Amino acid sequence: MDLPLLWFLLIAVLWTGYLVLEGFDFGVGMLLKPFARDEKERRVLLRTIGPVWDGNEVWLLTAGGATFAAFPEWYATMFSGMYLPLLLILLALIVRVCAIEWRAKIDDPVWRNRWDWAHTVGAWVPAVLWGVAFANLVQGMEIEVVDGNHQLVGGFFSLLTPFTVLGGVMTAVVFLTHGAVFVALKTDGEVRERAGVLAQRLSVVSLVVAGVWAVVAQTQFSAHSLTWLPLTVAAASLVGVVVATRARREGWAFVLNAVAIVAAVALIFGVMYPNVMPSSIDPAYSLSIDQAASSPATLTVMSVVALLLVPVVLAYQGWTYWVFRKRISTDHIHGHEGLPPAAPQDAGQSAGAR
Amino acid sequence: MEALDLARWQFGITTVYHFILVPLTIGLSPLVAIMHTAWVRTGNEKWHRLTKFFGKVLLINFALGVATGIVQEFQFGMNWSEYSRFVGDIFGAPLAIEALAAFFLESTFLGLWIFGEGRLPKWLHSACIWLVAIGTNLSAYWILAANSWMQHPVGAVYNPETGRAELDGVAGFFEVMTNNTLIAAFSHTITSAFLVGGTFVAGVCGWWIVRSVRAGRQHEARKVWRTGAYVGLVTMVIAGLGVAVTGDFQGKLMYEQQPAKMSAAEALCEGEESAAFSLLTIGDLSNSCEGVRHLIQIPGVTSFLGTGHFSGEESYLPGVNDIQQEYTERYADQFGTDVDYVPNLAVTYWTFRLMIGLGMGSLALAAAGLWVLRKGRVTDTTWFSRLSLAVLPLPFLGASFGWIFTEMGRQPWVVHPNPANPVDQVYLLTQDGVSTVVSAGTVLTSLVVFTLLYAALGVVWFLLIKRYVLEGVEPLADDLATTGDQDDDQDDASPGGDREEELEPTLSFAY
Ligand code: HDD
Ligand code: HEM
Ligand code: HEM
Repeated sequence: MDLPLLWFLLIAVLWTGYLVLEGFDFGVGMLLKPFARDEKERRVLLRTIGPVWDGNEVWLLTAGGATFAAFPEWYATMFSGMYLPLLLILLALIVRVCAIEWRAKIDDPVWRNRWDWAHTVGAWVPAVLWGVAFANLVQGMEIEVVDGNHQLVGGFFSLLTPFTVLGGVMTAVVFLTHGAVFVALKTDGEVRERAGVLAQRLSVVSLVVAGVWAVVAQTQFSAHSLTWLPLTVAAASLVGVVVATRARREGWAFVLNAVAIVAAVALIFGVMYPNVMPSSIDPAYSLSIDQAASSPATLTVMSVVALLLVPVVLAYQGWTYWVFRKRISTDHIHGHEGLPPAAPQDAGQSAGAR
Repeated sequence: MEALDLARWQFGITTVYHFILVPLTIGLSPLVAIMHTAWVRTGNEKWHRLTKFFGKVLLINFALGVATGIVQEFQFGMNWSEYSRFVGDIFGAPLAIEALAAFFLESTFLGLWIFGEGRLPKWLHSACIWLVAIGTNLSAYWILAANSWMQHPVGAVYNPETGRAELDGVAGFFEVMTNNTLIAAFSHTITSAFLVGGTFVAGVCGWWIVRSVRAGRQHEARKVWRTGAYVGLVTMVIAGLGVAVTGDFQGKLMYEQQPAKMSAAEALCEGEESAAFSLLTIGDLSNSCEGVRHLIQIPGVTSFLGTGHFSGEESYLPGVNDIQQEYTERYADQFGTDVDYVPNLAVTYWTFRLMIGLGMGSLALAAAGLWVLRKGRVTDTTWFSRLSLAVLPLPFLGASFGWIFTEMGRQPWVVHPNPANPVDQVYLLTQDGVSTVVSAGTVLTSLVVFTLLYAALGVVWFLLIKRYVLEGVEPLADDLATTGDQDDDQDDASPGGDREEELEPTLSFAY
């Protein structure tokens, strides 16, 4: 296999890692306000992702960095062309990080409530916008060649079409289901029960929306019949999720939903192939894998690095999930970690040592 | 303003902001790791108090460091797409490796450290914070590999077909990794980060010594805060020395690699031997050399910084006028004759002095602290308390000014030509790196939004850290016994089940 193609696949793998893992982080965050009924339940939800969400987010940074290294032209064209959606995603991610880490620092319901809203919104926004972005890669964008460089000239509104908006709805619903299944898998007691019911309902919506989107993607935008394969796998897995959530087989439901996400990424990258940024203006303007790729030397270096490091990363991340395998319930939640909002009065203070 | 200026402002604001948080993470995480290990090995409760106290501050800071770092990863593509196209073949690899080798490590093991108490054996739990510390330092190496390549491109060739810079074979990658600019920048940045971390620990502990002595908690002052202050002070002395030595090394390299930056930093207009280092210069530095007057000077020191010689022929430094002439001739065909090759004199001159002055200024605390706290002493003097707080911001400011100096002194280049082989065309003017499809209005929008959001989060960050510092540590049992405070704490030290928790202190940070 030639190196650019290998890296096209590896980029797909990195995005898969990101969407499968951060997918349930987003889902849990999206549910934080609407689903959890009281403080204890919210803390149970937060604990399910607490030890792992940051590591999951690094899959995005790796996907971004690897795109820069292996396909500079792709990185440059995509992120300058999709400026505003990416800006919104970044703002949401910033707020979400602070919301997760800072909410428990002050023991005050108003403080916590604000951060919980920030967390919930910060999870919904990227969950929708990643879908819009990927749907654009499937559909093609207003790409032209200007002075020998590929440029996405259409601006923000060219990125919004019925198909791409549906793509956003799809990722939101799929992540929401993923989150509900994950909560059911990681908790115990009432939370587990209610998350199970919710996952059961959501899985049907997710099957319908994703099914419609995928069939449109395949019939309208795919030049390959081979991409029916991942489509079928995705559809079958989503049906499996419906069945598994009904039977409360939480482990199976989670694995099948993950498989569906993997298959969806395979479908998206399969439709894009042999381009990384298909042009809707003229196929001659499409940015192809080979045009976007770095030099063989860079790709060789990157391949060696990835071969050495990715297994190590997978090993210790996998081990983390093993360490935190126990289910969490409201019985595990005790007093607050955080400090009361006002500082204590201290003898030293009155003595003037400020 | 044009998109170019706005993009520069945005990059400057977001990176400088990121780098206020970064040195504290880099410097504090190894110190917390040392405290945690000391606790595990000795079982002494003072180490437990310190680990918990500084660990919480570290976590508050880490969150904002991560949040602002995410933006950096994508900004090259958003605002600097033409730059990204030109350099991506070389520049992207360190960025990707940084994520793979460093960010995964620090984020995963931080999660294990926060939630791992009780689930991991004690030694493994403390190993987690060491891995975080290693991860933060590794990340500095890789990102600086990328930055140093912009300062001094090596291991690259120009591909006339694509008009881009490319890695010069696999060997080129090793050249990028061992760039002497990188070795210098990494050692200087890391030592300055340790100065930041050490000063933070020493300053906070110094302030608390006075406070706890006045509150009558002698044991706490002597055991907890004095120990913490010593960890900080020793770090400061070593790091302060390291910063000066590595900075001197950088000065020599800079003279070879970016002479315009060195001369601009000294507002040196015409070349001279035995150039003096001025402490104060007046005149309109921003535009031209006219009217520049050096008021207070130390003879020969600038020449020494740049060349290693105080006087004589070898101490010759070119002036910015010489450099302007030389570069204009060399690049006339490509860029015409009206490019200004001299960086902003006022900014480079003053940031260089502020970096050194403010950064090294924190060492005043190291000197005072080592004296005041000698042989087991503590103090309740107001001046020491004030000094401890006053020095806290200095190394942060020093590090920021250092970066502003480095980056603005590189202008007008975003990729500075390597003077050893100036014809290989691996260089780029900043104005040619900016995204062409992004309108000024769009950049302005993001600039405004980022600035406002960062400002708001910065306020929260500051108040949170202040709140946690003010909280101090749980009182020691000895102090409770001597001050008779135990009555107030009756419900905390209740009999029965809680007793055991008392005996077995925990380090959980879980939320
Ligand atoms: C000298 C050190 C240094 C420098 C110059 C930079 N950073 Fe940084 N960065 C760190 C040192 C660091 C760190 C110490 O490793 C941080 C700070 C807090 C943290 O969590 O990790 C970090 C966090 C951090 C993160 C989040 C990582 C995570 O999720 O764990 C990203 C994506 C970046 N940075 C990217 C960048 C980019 C693209 C930079 C260049 C413009 C940059 N940083 C400058
Ligand atoms: C973290 C410490 C850093 C700080 C505080 C910093 C600061 C700055 C500042 C103030 C500018 C604006 C200069 C000007 O426009 O006149 C700038 C520009 C720039 N810096 Fe840095 N920088 C840092 C690290 C880096 C690193 C590590 C990289 C690369 C990996 C980098 C890449 C750039 C680029 C591409 C520009 C282009 C914009 C320009 O030149 O105006 N910087 N930086
Ligand atoms: C005797 C003291 C010092 C000397 C001689 C010195 C010298 C230098 C020089 C020459 C540079 C520019 C390198 C380049 O652009 O190529 C630099 C950059 C920098 N300095 Fe200093 N410095 C000193 C003290 C400090 C202190 C106290 C701090 C912080 C607390 C600091 C932080 C920085 C940082 C963060 C940079 C930018 C990153 C880099 O290029 O390494 N420096 N310093």
